[in-house]
Amino acid sequence: MSDKKEALFSKKNRKLLIDPLNDNNPVTTQVLGICSALAITVQLKPAIVMAISVLVVMSVANVVVSLMRNLIPSRIRIIVQLVVIAALVILVDQVLKAFVYDVSKELSVFVGLIITNCIIMGRLEAFALGNRPWKSFLDGLGNAFGYGWILIAVAFFRELLGAGTLFGYPVLEKMGLYEMGYENNGMMILPPMALITVGIIIWIQRMKNRDLIES
Amino acid sequence: MQELANIFIKSIFIDNMIFAYFLGMCSYLAVSKTVKTSVGMGFAVIFVLGFTIPINYLLENFILKQGALVWLSESFVDVDLSFLSFIMFIAIIASMVQLVEMIVEKFSPALYGSLGIFLPLIAVNCAILGGSLFMQERAYTSITEATIFGLGSGIGWFLAIVAIAAIREKIRYSHVPAPLRGLGITFIITGLMGIAFMSFMGIKL
Repeated sequence: MSDKKEALFSKKNRKLLIDPLNDNNPVTTQVLGICSALAITVQLKPAIVMAISVLVVMSVANVVVSLMRNLIPSRIRIIVQLVVIAALVILVDQVLKAFVYDVSKELSVFVGLIITNCIIMGRLEAFALGNRPWKSFLDGLGNAFGYGWILIAVAFFRELLGAGTLFGYPVLEKMGLYEMGYENNGMMILPPMALITVGIIIWIQRMKNRDLIES
Repeated sequence: MQELANIFIKSIFIDNMIFAYFLGMCSYLAVSKTVKTSVGMGFAVIFVLGFTIPINYLLENFILKQGALVWLSESFVDVDLSFLSFIMFIAIIASMVQLVEMIVEKFSPALYGSLGIFLPLIAVNCAILGGSLFMQERAYTSITEATIFGLGSGIGWFLAIVAIAAIREKIRYSHVPAPLRGLGITFIITGLMGIAFMSFMGIKL
């Protein structure tokens, strides 16, 4: 029980929180949870709602599974994890429907797809099953932030370049770019550009951190 | 009949799981290193989608939907269990995958040999759950339509993964900038393929 004495934000714990933001990012390095990262990034607002939903589901699921880790027989652990996640996702879905109905309609099936978001399953398998609740919580939080910032970055560029707005506010129009002959790139709104935007983010990230380059 | 053909073509090309909705991207990226494994994975997805969507269709229409329980008793007209659909669908999918795995192992060891390792992966493939959720959202009117939609989506996914696997096999010999190698270039190629697939959007069905 040596780690009981460990401070809440010791160096190791901070690493759990910070690492997934960049070097060990769930989307660009671990290649998990791509599906939802791409589909709902046409505008900023749904992207942020999605990031928050994943944050909630992931940190709570990590803590719950970590609390039960000694009780779950390893043969049925996948089903148990799925049930925990599905229950949390139902909660999130009902909350979204009650408070932000329009965004919930826009996200359509992708709220339900948080269940099969591989980041959550992946972190439960790889981390929560073998670690104490507080650490698992930090790990969940860190990975959800890592996922969230990619989502928000992609949505930022797609909305700005594709529609010229941010949160629906016409930024480029106010800056007077249209009068100078600028036009929106309608391509950015279409699905394929999400893939290419993520590809470019990966490119930049690996240029900065050469250790990540695949041989 | 024409209606069914429309759904089939639409789910393969226009509403392609990968290029239009990015469903099942995780396994798409992980298993597409060689054509052989991707063919196995693709067949497994067609198989499981073709099974689970009709079953979830029955579940949706006879248990979950508002008023779906009328066949039990008239007093259930107002019961709406649709908030349970996520958990029911995923339970059906997980158990179906297990069942399919056992059946295939018993009756066709050769098929099991090639699909075997991919079947467990499929339980958490978003394309499968996504297929069921789309089936629910688009409210298909008969079980035949739902089955055709399932098979079509599976075939669309199969086409996508085999195509990218073939390209990735060839691109190994190309000179790709080092930071783009592997994941990055796969993303960009998928994007370009998506643009090509968008040309199907013009088809009027």
